[in-house]
Amino acid sequence: MAEFFNMGGYAAFVWPSFGITFLVLWANVWFAKNQFKRVTRETARRSAMTRAKKQARAS
Amino acid sequence: MFKWLHRFGSAPFVYRFSGALAPWVGGACAVLLGIGLYLGLFVAPTDYEQGESYRIIYVHVPAAIMSMFVYMVMAISSAVFLIWRMKLADAVAQAAAPIGASFTFLALVTGSLWGKPMWGTWWIWDGRLTSELLLLFLYLGYMALRAAIEQPQSAARAAAVLAIVGVVNIPIIHYSVEWWSTLHQPATITKLKPSIHESMAVPLRFMIFGFLFLFGYVLLVRLRTGILQREARASWVAQLPEIMRFNALAPAADSQAVSPSKHSETKHG
Repeated sequence: MAEFFNMGGYAAFVWPSFGITFLVLWANVWFAKNQFKRVTRETARRSAMTRAKKQARAS
Repeated sequence: MFKWLHRFGSAPFVYRFSGALAPWVGGACAVLLGIGLYLGLFVAPTDYEQGESYRIIYVHVPAAIMSMFVYMVMAISSAVFLIWRMKLADAVAQAAAPIGASFTFLALVTGSLWGKPMWGTWWIWDGRLTSELLLLFLYLGYMALRAAIEQPQSAARAAAVLAIVGVVNIPIIHYSVEWWSTLHQPATITKLKPSIHESMAVPLRFMIFGFLFLFGYVLLVRLRTGILQREARASWVAQLPEIMRFNALAPAADSQAVSPSKHSETKHG
């Protein structure tokens, strides 16, 4: 196991490579999902407001 | 056939279609990356020349290939947008840019981490490294240009022109290792007879397709976000279940809107 983590003496180069790669891949997914949720919420609020305004004008 | 194809110009259709497709693409991506990581770290043999350091190939090469692939997607979408005035193509290009930038960043960083033990340097100004760095600046320039121009239509058009002009850099990156052969090795994967043993190439293929599917997944999510932003006022958006659901969860939004005040507007922010 220790041998595996040592990566033949190249641990200092191999693990940061894999680490940063999966961090960036994960961040891509996280930011995309988060932005989608935020925009959905904003759009919903805006559409509710326009509907309410229309109703207010109609009554 | 063309009628069917025509639906991809319709925002509601693309929004729903990509929503249905995304979980499958995401699932496939997780499986591919899982298998690729396992094979690449545990099963693939040690390289007789580079020892274990060569394993960086499993993150470096997929990132580098995808950095160029995403650029082509962005440039072709931009061309479609300029020629046929298809707004959805612009949404695709806009969605692709940050993903491509992140892949380019990864190719540069993992390349640097591989270069230090193998070449003895983090960085040299050789053809491949310099043209890949230029690719990163093209992505960043594309995003900065979009952000800098206030009018969305002119921003989209200017950014599309930049994306298309930047395509000249793609063949330069690809052939740089042949034109100016310095430290970076020539292509081993993207040629007819790859000069890499099967036991090392199989995990790499899993990783490349894993990256491709990750790009697909993130692109679909970002594309849906872009469509929502562009079509915010459309009636089909107001009728979407995810929009309706939010309104049902927060019925107060209606009453707030009738008498808008500073307080009620910040409540949900």
